[in-house]
Amino acid sequence: MPTAASADPLPEPDTRAEAIHVEDLHKSFGSLEVLKGVSLKAKKGDVVAIIGGSGSGKSTMLRCINFLETPSSGRIVIDGEEVKVNADGSPADRRQIERIRTRLAMVFQQFNLWTHRTLLENIIEVPVYVLKVPRAEAIAQAKVLLDRVGLGDKIETFPAFLSGGQQQRGAIARALAVDPNVMLFDEPTSALDPELVGEVLTVIRDLAAEGRTMLLVTHEMKFAREVANHVVYLFEGRIEEQGPPAEVFGNPQSQRLKQFLSSVS
Amino acid sequence: MELILETLGLAESAKLLSLSPPGWGANLLRGLANSLKIASGAFGFGLLIGLFGAYGKLYGGPVLRDLLAIYTTVIRAVPELVLILILYYVGTDLINQASSAMGYGRVEISGIVAGIWVLGIVQGAYSIEVLRGAILAVPPGQIEAARAFGMPPLMTMWRVTIPAMMSFATPGLANLWLIATKDTALLAIVGFSELTLETRQAASSTRAYFTFFLAAGGLYLMVTLCSGAVFGRIEKWARRGQPSLREDRG
Repeated sequence: MPTAASADPLPEPDTRAEAIHVEDLHKSFGSLEVLKGVSLKAKKGDVVAIIGGSGSGKSTMLRCINFLETPSSGRIVIDGEEVKVNADGSPADRRQIERIRTRLAMVFQQFNLWTHRTLLENIIEVPVYVLKVPRAEAIAQAKVLLDRVGLGDKIETFPAFLSGGQQQRGAIARALAVDPNVMLFDEPTSALDPELVGEVLTVIRDLAAEGRTMLLVTHEMKFAREVANHVVYLFEGRIEEQGPPAEVFGNPQSQRLKQFLSSVS
Repeated sequence: MELILETLGLAESAKLLSLSPPGWGANLLRGLANSLKIASGAFGFGLLIGLFGAYGKLYGGPVLRDLLAIYTTVIRAVPELVLILILYYVGTDLINQASSAMGYGRVEISGIVAGIWVLGIVQGAYSIEVLRGAILAVPPGQIEAARAFGMPPLMTMWRVTIPAMMSFATPGLANLWLIATKDTALLAIVGFSELTLETRQAASSTRAYFTFFLAAGGLYLMVTLCSGAVFGRIEKWARRGQPSLREDRG
């Protein structure tokens, strides 16, 4: 399979630790095979953008990484720790997967803030109850995070009274509150009105700039090109092409990627 | 006050309902207290059955699901009066057999405990369905977010699912509570002195049927009105964070 990465001159040896290593991931829903053997590596500080058409398996891949979907087969290694699985692919050790999930913060397409809690309560929920951070400390940290995403004046507001963009920025603050090693973004701007996309992308761009490790499933090609240092193009459950954004977007090799890029731009 | 009662021709009734003998008011209130004790005990017991049953029906294995389906179907199919007779006599009989098998004599079973057990089993079947529906109405993303952040299942249930389903469950649970208060009247048939039986005794001793049953009806109505207020507050709390439909329409 032609990949743009192989054409790259070898850079200096990369000594950064591996944050995510997915190997030969398969996932079927009944008789429908959505992922047909996907492998992916992300080192600490990498921003990997995952692009592809509808039904290409990009969201499924992201959801398999934290086992929101149970992979049919394949290995998943997070920070050098392999997720132990049963014969059917489900996590074998509930505590292990829960511990790993607290280091992988997810931002959802539909925000999924807890509707019965205020914004502040949403942010401190996981630190206080899962990570057992003292409440006062969690609140102080939550306020800093909410200021950072521009919601410092909304801490007592319930999610239903916020705009989509505000909810998504709140959801990003909730993800940051666990101080994650890797952030998983599942189409974070797809459910937003066009005029609200920018405010969310600005927050994500800042996070990329400060060296957060991120996996970003997105339809925003311009944005992916700008923030990612590695782009993966999925087609029908396989990685069709991957490489640095300049290569993937500027000089696509495969016919399908060319078609895809011309159809979305 | 007395003059008003006199002119309305209610002096006789007031005397009969007075709290001190020879009035029967204290008996009625004692019956009411017993009814409320049983109703709240049965409602709570039913809620407990309902919560575990609902989770069992939604996430349990095939055997558990089948057993729960039989339980909810049978209990909801048989008239409550029949169930009360069956459960009361079967329950006391089983306990007595067990106690004599272990070498003890017959056990005196407290009426309140028996009442709570019998009505609780009945309430449980309805609670399961109310709570199952409410859990299903919680948007999956709410629970998924909890899982994605590493929340263990029990914490997810306690911190996310139950609070999120409360707004869906409250109207149904309020119904169940009112049914529980009124079902206590059926326990009169097994000789438990709750409000209805106390009323009947008072009425037949004094021949003032109309007075006493009207008074009992008034007491049941009071319970309903107070419950309505309490559940109204619970519902308001459970719906916090959700925009009110009424305000939106302005």
